Amino acid sequence: MAFSQAARDWYHREIAGIRDAGLYKEERFIHSLQDADIEVEFPAGASPARVINLCANNYLGLSSHPEVIAAAHEGLDHRGYGLSSVRFICGTQDIHRELERKLTAFLGTEDTLLFPSCMDANAGVFEAVLNEQDVMIADRLVHASIVDGMRLCKAMQDTYKHADMGHLEEKLVEHQDKRFRLIITDGVFSMDGDLAPLDQIVALAEKHNAMVFVDDSHASGYIGKTGRGTHEHFGVLGKIDIITTTLGKALGGASGGCVSGRAELVEMCRQRARPYLFSNTVAPVIVSGALKVLELISASTERRDKLEENTRYWRNLLTDAGFDIKKGSSSIVPVMLYNAKLAQDVARDLFVEGIYVIGFFFPVVAKGQARIRTQLSAAHDKHHLDRAIAAFIKVGKKYDILGKTKAEVIATYGN
Amino acid sequence: MGDTMDEMERTILEYVAKEYLEEDDDREVTVDTPLISGGIVDSFSMVSLKCFLEKKYGIQIPDADASADAFDTVSSICALVRRFRPN
Repeated sequence: MAFSQAARDWYHREIAGIRDAGLYKEERFIHSLQDADIEVEFPAGASPARVINLCANNYLGLSSHPEVIAAAHEGLDHRGYGLSSVRFICGTQDIHRELERKLTAFLGTEDTLLFPSCMDANAGVFEAVLNEQDVMIADRLVHASIVDGMRLCKAMQDTYKHADMGHLEEKLVEHQDKRFRLIITDGVFSMDGDLAPLDQIVALAEKHNAMVFVDDSHASGYIGKTGRGTHEHFGVLGKIDIITTTLGKALGGASGGCVSGRAELVEMCRQRARPYLFSNTVAPVIVSGALKVLELISASTERRDKLEENTRYWRNLLTDAGFDIKKGSSSIVPVMLYNAKLAQDVARDLFVEGIYVIGFFFPVVAKGQARIRTQLSAAHDKHHLDRAIAAFIKVGKKYDILGKTKAEVIATYGN
Repeated sequence: MGDTMDEMERTILEYVAKEYLEEDDDREVTVDTPLISGGIVDSFSMVSLKCFLEKKYGIQIPDADASADAFDTVSSICALVRRFRPN
């Protein structure tokens, strides 16, 4: 037997080590549609509890929108369930190209290529457009999928301190001997919720002859006046050379992602990006739903405007209550607790109070930076946020963290 | 320790402080401070350090040798550089 007892024992020890380190991940079973109110079975076997969801990437509240669901049904009826093929054999329908054209128009780029996910887009893009003559210079807090994609690419890797433009400029100067320089950043950083200063990044790129890559997964659909993303927010539409983003968050929340940008770079991905070449096409039902999402958000900014108002309201509620939050304007609002156990305890108590949030700690965030990440949605109404803040205050009082500085929280709980 | 620190240790320590510590970070970093297991350098930002060492000392460190253990302290980094530096 190839899977010997010794092998089994080794894996048991490894999994026990993950548990002992407090890093064991457990799924929580949701018995409802994705929405502001959901029914969650936790722990496994418990009766589902109705809770307010403050941890979904459902920024525009479109994950269960009736028009999106109807469009997906129509796609299922008219284009089928699956295509049983990669794109370049027999996996491209008219609607795939239509979605790519509409994403191109929405993002303000030259062309777009769909991928099964943004993780796949990031895994494939760097290797497809760069080689050993080039250098990739990435913000240190970019998403894990970018880190993995960079590791698959033969270009030299370098990093700069998070959002530190002076440090980035030093690196751009240092690497002038390379053929191409590619600056790599998230648009909205997933754990801190802050925005990359794309206006300054583009200025540095122009000054030092570099290209710019932005993963806008946590921005597409709601950041910027018409929701086009971080580049719209900073007034640099048309100046980002490569944008990757997802259909799995604000844009319907199902799955799928894309590389969008300069026509030649997108074409290189079509020819060479391995996750595009060797994995199945995006299912017609997803494409049809995404087309409806783009139609809805292009017709009206009502949902992103409501999300913006919800975000402002929630940030004010938390600040007024005395919580220590990361400053910013995105709909990711981290409540800083610094201590990993405290973050887990507070999240557990909030669940009992009917609020679903998750505590994040090292290695997902830096040591001593444990937090609860709250995320707003256009599906939230004021009453959701009023109930949520009442629960946060109740739990905050229990742990005596309201109005406390970082140093005071660390003095009590450690970091 | 300061008395026995050699030129390479001093150069790498200076680089680590400049490259990885924020201005308001008052942590003291010595040749024995755990950089990766201590949360100062992560496996991703470690590429900057590898890049610096290769340029500064004119060496190529194979990925297989650029392990988190080998990069965990300035002492171990110096040992690694000396392995690959031509005599």
